[in-house]
Amino acid sequence: MNPSDYLSAALMIAGAVFFLAGTLGLLRFPDVYSRLHALTKADNVGLGLVVMGLAVQAESWAVVGKLLLIWLLVLLAGASVAHLIARGALERGIKLWRR
Amino acid sequence: MEALTLLHWTFDILLGLGLLWLGWRVLTSPDLFNAIVLFVAFGLLMALAWVRLDAPDIALAEAAIGAGLTGALLLAAFAKLRTVEKNHDIAGQLEKGKLENRSFQWWPATFLLVVAAGLGHTVLSLPHYATGLSAEVSANLKSSGVSNPVTAVLLNFRGYDTLLEMVVLLLALLGVWSISGSALPREAAPGPILDTLSRLLTPVLILVAAYLLWVGAHAPGGAFQAGAVLGAAGVLLLLSGWRLSSHLAGLPLRIILVAGPVAFVAMAVFTMLTGGQFLEYPRAEAGTLILFLETAATLSIGTTLAALFLGERPKNKREYP
Repeated sequence: MNPSDYLSAALMIAGAVFFLAGTLGLLRFPDVYSRLHALTKADNVGLGLVVMGLAVQAESWAVVGKLLLIWLLVLLAGASVAHLIARGALERGIKLWRR
Repeated sequence: MEALTLLHWTFDILLGLGLLWLGWRVLTSPDLFNAIVLFVAFGLLMALAWVRLDAPDIALAEAAIGAGLTGALLLAAFAKLRTVEKNHDIAGQLEKGKLENRSFQWWPATFLLVVAAGLGHTVLSLPHYATGLSAEVSANLKSSGVSNPVTAVLLNFRGYDTLLEMVVLLLALLGVWSISGSALPREAAPGPILDTLSRLLTPVLILVAAYLLWVGAHAPGGAFQAGAVLGAAGVLLLLSGWRLSSHLAGLPLRIILVAGPVAFVAMAVFTMLTGGQFLEYPRAEAGTLILFLETAATLSIGTTLAALFLGERPKNKREYP
């Protein structure tokens, strides 16, 4: 393994940790709003780290561009869908969780 | 490398078990909405399984059509089912146990067992290393006009498969249109987020569809994947309240719906009249012809899928009161 392999492994493992944290939040948080918050935030960063890890291994700049595009599209879709679900939940009268 | 093989094995086994578990959950889930969400998850894992089997073409199709568009169609059907249930109180009857029939049924069980035994016997009697037709395909790839073997098979060597698949899609739409009424083109204002999202994503989706269509000649991609992406753009637009203008809902819509099959059949008749076989392309122009046929097919597939999602036949200008 050369240094770039170590770098991409470190980035991707860090990304996986974020995914794990987000999934844990999805399963353990008390209401739909905090679950969405955990899921979208952690997954966006996690995917960003995985994309960075893959970009280190990429053979050409075109591949880096495609990976970056995938990340941006997932950011856009994830943020919008989280907003739509949260608004739908508010309209249905689901109350915010209070301690 | 030993550790890497072990990792692959673990991943594949987990993937297989996950698929079986999800399939079981989809079939047994009492809640329809749950079952649909699980079905979409099943489709995504299935796409991963195709990637592991080195079949990226099928993985793309599975993710776009199997998980994405079928999920959207199921959710649309679910939304309609709820209004039906409200009217007929099917849910109430189910709760009271009037409609429930859970007694063990011998004939279907026996039939399924026989089919399973037959399938098992067939799989076990397969040769260990299937020769298949891949050698013949790669030998004849040069004459097909494209360099992606999957596209060569689907659009050239076995073009009638693609033709018949498009006809099946069209028949499905005809069935849906004939049992549902016609819809007035009512536009609804989406919220600002959905509006922005659809305005940003629709051009991107059209571009991706064109890319998949173009790249299909030499890499994974092609008409069905591109059509599914185009259909997704249609679904997004329909969800954000857009409706086809009544000027276009009549003949123009129908022309686009049948463009793919008609282009195929016209090509086939033309080649037969000029002395060739059914769907046998002249070798020199095969690549161009395939791109032309795939473009027509993509437009038809995308429009058909979006129309299936809408469910009702859009009313055209003459039908207005």
